[in-house]
Amino acid sequence: MHVGTGASIAFWIMAVVAVVSASGVILLKDIFRAALLLVVSFLSIAGIFVTLNADFIAAVQVLIYAGAISILLIFAILLTRDVQEGNPSNRLKIPGMFMGAVLLTALIVVFVNTEWRLSTEAPLDSTTAALADLLFSNKFVLAFEIASVLLLAAMIGAVVLARGEDE
Amino acid sequence: MIELEYVLFLSAVLFSLGLFGVLARRNAVMILLAIELMLNAVNINLVAFTVYLSPDLLVGIIFAIFIITVAAAELALALAIVLRLYRTRSSVNVDEVNLMRW
Repeated sequence: MHVGTGASIAFWIMAVVAVVSASGVILLKDIFRAALLLVVSFLSIAGIFVTLNADFIAAVQVLIYAGAISILLIFAILLTRDVQEGNPSNRLKIPGMFMGAVLLTALIVVFVNTEWRLSTEAPLDSTTAALADLLFSNKFVLAFEIASVLLLAAMIGAVVLARGEDE
Repeated sequence: MIELEYVLFLSAVLFSLGLFGVLARRNAVMILLAIELMLNAVNINLVAFTVYLSPDLLVGIIFAIFIITVAAAELALALAIVLRLYRTRSSVNVDEVNLMRW
C-alpha cells in the first residue's frame, strides 16, 4: 500500500467517527437520532473505503446506504414511532453485551495471530473500469442478472406486504 | 501507512456493536439499523482483504456490491413487514410478537 501519512490520519479520524456514531446508534434512547447517527456512520465508512483506494464502492456506499437505505429507515421510523416510548432494552442486555465482547475478543485474537500474506502489488488507481470489466465478464454476469431479478421480486413482495390483503 | 490489522479491528468493533444492538434492542426498526451496521462491517472487511491481499483480482469488491444489493432487498421486505405489524398490533416491540413461538 502506497499511502501517505495524510491518508493514515484521515483513516483514523473516520474510524473514530464511525465507532462513536455506531455506539450512538446502539445506545441512544431516541430512535430518530439513532437513524441520523447511522447516516454519519455510513458516510465515515464511505471515507474509509476512499482511504483504502476503493473508489467505486465508496460512491455506492454514499448513494445507496447514506442516500436510499437511510431515507427508507427514517420513513419507517416516522410511520411506526410510538410517541416517546423511546428505545428500551430487553432482558438480553447483559448477555448481549457479553456475546459482543466475546466475539470482539475472539476476532482480535484471530486477526493478530494470523500471518497475512500481504500482496506486494500496488493497488489499482481507479477500480471502476476494472470492476465493470469483471462484473460483465463470463464469471459474474449471471449473478449480476439474478441480482436484478432478486430486486424485482423484493420490490413486488414489499408492495404486496405493505398493502395488505384487505384492499 | 494503514496496517491491514487496524482495518480489521475497526470492522470487528462495528460488527460487535451491531451484534449487541440486534440482541439487546426491543424495537424492530432498531434491530434493522443494527443489522445494516453489521453488513457494513462485513463490507469493510471484504474491501480490506481485496486491497491488501489480492488487488489484481477485485473479487472481494464484487462480493461487497452483491451484499449491498441483497441488503437493500432485505431491508425493503423487512420494513414492509414492520409496517404491517404496526398496522395490526400498533406496536413494533419484538417482545410482544411471539405468535410463532412454541
